[in-house]
Amino acid sequence: MQTGHKTIVKNEMELAFDAISVNESFARVAVAAFVAPLNPTMEEISDIKTAVSEAVTNAIIHGYDGEFLQENQTEGTDRVYLHCRIEEDVLQVEVRDTGKGIEDIEQAMEPLFTTKPEMDRSGMGFAFMEAFMDDLEVISEPGCGTVVLMKKKLGVTPWIGEEE
Amino acid sequence: MDDNFKVIENYLMVRMPEEVDHHKSVYISKTADEYIMQEGVGNVVFDFEKTRFMDSSGIGIIIGRYKKISYFGGKVFAINTDMRIRRTLMICGLHKVIEIME
Repeated sequence: MQTGHKTIVKNEMELAFDAISVNESFARVAVAAFVAPLNPTMEEISDIKTAVSEAVTNAIIHGYDGEFLQENQTEGTDRVYLHCRIEEDVLQVEVRDTGKGIEDIEQAMEPLFTTKPEMDRSGMGFAFMEAFMDDLEVISEPGCGTVVLMKKKLGVTPWIGEEE
Repeated sequence: MDDNFKVIENYLMVRMPEEVDHHKSVYISKTADEYIMQEGVGNVVFDFEKTRFMDSSGIGIIIGRYKKISYFGGKVFAINTDMRIRRTLMICGLHKVIEIME
């Protein structure tokens, strides 16, 4: 009999939600709940939530320029698509938008680079995704939206006392 | 009147919410700036006692306020930071420009 996380071999989920800022917390909590059966550590959950929050926020404010969209605003069909997949002990998260895309991906990924300094954006979004996940891939073309693919292996941080 | 913002002498105290993300950050930055301009406070203290989550939007709040007040010699403090918040602040090198306290 294996413990907890070894029993799930593959699991997948998809979400589509309106590109409004109130959904940033919804998205990261949804992903955290999805990985819960793998028994991630608090640290791992925190890392995943931060990375998802960064990617979804980017889709909303950069992909769709959605800063001023309110929850009660009815117009607009801008959606953010979240696709998560667990395979063995690896979580894969895909955040996709159909917004304006990125002209220069390399520049966008540079720490502290932002196209919206007036909005107090720190330019650290991609740097955080890189720091908190194991693998990050960004696919984008101007006018064709953006796909952010992130991977994280779970259960790498050993339990205290496990090495004895 | 939002009691998460309080002026004590020359310090603006900002009690940060449980989750600091883009959704919350717009209001925090805007309100803090109103206090800074109207009350003319020199320093800003961000209190993270309640905070359990923060993404790079929190960094944006701090850097934005730092730019405003450091011009006049003001200082920014982050207090009641847990390990997670400290790590997030330090990834961005903020410990070099603001005072971070546990």
